[in-house]
Amino acid sequence: MTSAQLEVLLQTLIAGILLGGLYALIGLGMTLIMGVMKIINLAHGELMMVAMYIAFVLFSFFHIDPYISVFIATPLLFVLGVAIQRFLINPVLKVESILPENQVILTVGIGMVLANLATIVFSSDYRSTPVDYATKAWYLSDFWKTSPIELSLSFSWSVSFLIAVAITACLWFFLTKTDIGKSIRATAQDSDAALLMGVNVERMRVVTFGLGSGLVGAAGCLFIPIYYLYPDLGGQFTLIAFVITILGGLGSTVGAIIGGIILGIFESLTATYIGMGWAPVGRFMIFIAALIFLPGGIASLLRRKRFGK
Amino acid sequence: MKKYPPLIILALLTLLPLVGLSSYAMHIIILVIMWSVIGMAWNLLGGYCGQVSFGHAAFFGVGAYTSGILYQKLGVSAWWGMPLSIVVVTCFSLVIGFICLRLRGPFFALATLAMGVILRVTAENLTGFTQGDLGIMIRERTWVGKTWYFYIILALAAATFLLIKKIVESKLGYYFVAIREDQDAAESLGIHTTLYKTIALCVSGVLTGTAGVFYMNYMGYIDPKVVFALHDISIVAIMVVMVGGVATYWGPVIGSLIMVLLAELIRSIPALGVAYQTLFGILLIVIIIFLPNGITGDLPKLKSLFRFQRAS
Repeated sequence: MTSAQLEVLLQTLIAGILLGGLYALIGLGMTLIMGVMKIINLAHGELMMVAMYIAFVLFSFFHIDPYISVFIATPLLFVLGVAIQRFLINPVLKVESILPENQVILTVGIGMVLANLATIVFSSDYRSTPVDYATKAWYLSDFWKTSPIELSLSFSWSVSFLIAVAITACLWFFLTKTDIGKSIRATAQDSDAALLMGVNVERMRVVTFGLGSGLVGAAGCLFIPIYYLYPDLGGQFTLIAFVITILGGLGSTVGAIIGGIILGIFESLTATYIGMGWAPVGRFMIFIAALIFLPGGIASLLRRKRFGK
Repeated sequence: MKKYPPLIILALLTLLPLVGLSSYAMHIIILVIMWSVIGMAWNLLGGYCGQVSFGHAAFFGVGAYTSGILYQKLGVSAWWGMPLSIVVVTCFSLVIGFICLRLRGPFFALATLAMGVILRVTAENLTGFTQGDLGIMIRERTWVGKTWYFYIILALAAATFLLIKKIVESKLGYYFVAIREDQDAAESLGIHTTLYKTIALCVSGVLTGTAGVFYMNYMGYIDPKVVFALHDISIVAIMVVMVGGVATYWGPVIGSLIMVLLAELIRSIPALGVAYQTLFGILLIVIIIFLPNGITGDLPKLKSLFRFQRAS
């Protein structure tokens, strides 16, 4: 391998890891909702799109940096998630019907409405937030003059990645150390037992849906400095989140983080070596491979190790 | 008396072109019938067998592309896609079934959704074979008028209706419902669940595929974004059944009538045209919350056949 090839490979891996960190954040929201509520939220990507538009509006009209709007969009998305859960999903959970998948179809309906409303309000133009640090990057040769290869690290990608890692760490702290977090995990494990232990399961479901939406909202704000924005962008991110969830194991947070990073690296490898248009196919090849060879996801591998089976 | 309504409706529909409707009205009627074929096909898998598919665009698109590629590459009439698509879509359903049918409930739904997207991206990128985003266009249409298209899709719909009725009333139908109600119980009673789910998937896929072949011939143009569309094909297929009535014979027909007319109505009003997905989404939400079994499904007289109390 020549140094040029090595350079491309290393650069691809760096891009993949940075992308994977953000994917993990999207996947975490979905896996939380799936673990606690046992439903799949197909409006996940659309919620992210909403957060991105919030960040976009804040940037264009009030000149608020997208990284600061993380702190504005996340609470707003939390409220939106709580409202969706309280007024739309809860009534459906109580309705008797032939098909139990009604909730999934319901979230599709919510996603359609959100995407279409965004088209009406913002038109379907591609948007972005032209931040002044968008092209800033660090180069390896700046630090190490005689370096044989040249690698670069984009400023905005790295900041997004670091914030994503920080949010993930906070989430981990929240889930393992606080009472609400422990109640959420108890509900995910066994909602009946949690109910008997005095956990308010109904409220935990509402909180979880809000939390999941908030997480994907944060991911949206982190994505906007490095990505562009259009109303139909939600669908592809819903699928990404879903692939991560399957790959990581349903309802497993650690699995979602590892799954996100694997997906990020794999996608960036396909984009470099096979072609940009094929990246989505690579994503689904992983998905199908995970379904066939590793139905329990990465979580099942972790569990096997822990119990020494 | 119960046997006659389908025949009477069929007879009335056969006479319909004699009335001399405008070309636009015929187009709408053809679309309604085409969507009821897709709806009935989805209903067999989703309504009776309980395997909710979000990826029926995959079958639709494979059918359409089979006939389109026949025309494009071999130069034969695209109608030959009708018999060929049965073979192609069956093989294809077996592959999809092998991958997706090991999953249950919502996970099956999402796996099929992924299948639809995989096929769309593949069709977009295999430019040598499918023309990619350029799409395939049939340069000379078989007929200028709509009458023959109408009779073909009517025959297809009648055949679909009959086939599904026969299947549902046979042993297979009871197996399907048993699988829907409780897969483990069905398995323990000796029903080979994987086999019967695969049968349901294949029949449903083939019927959807033939509708796709018809679409190719009727519209004369396809591209990956049209035939593998998630919202415009897969979700509409679900909505047709949801609105009309899950696990009923007439549900998909009534559903497609309502959906197609509603779509045309909304699109014809300029102020509402942009918001038509919002209105569809709201309709979907309202139907799911208030009429979970659709319009026919919640009519009390049809309730008795396929509504059992869901065992908890």
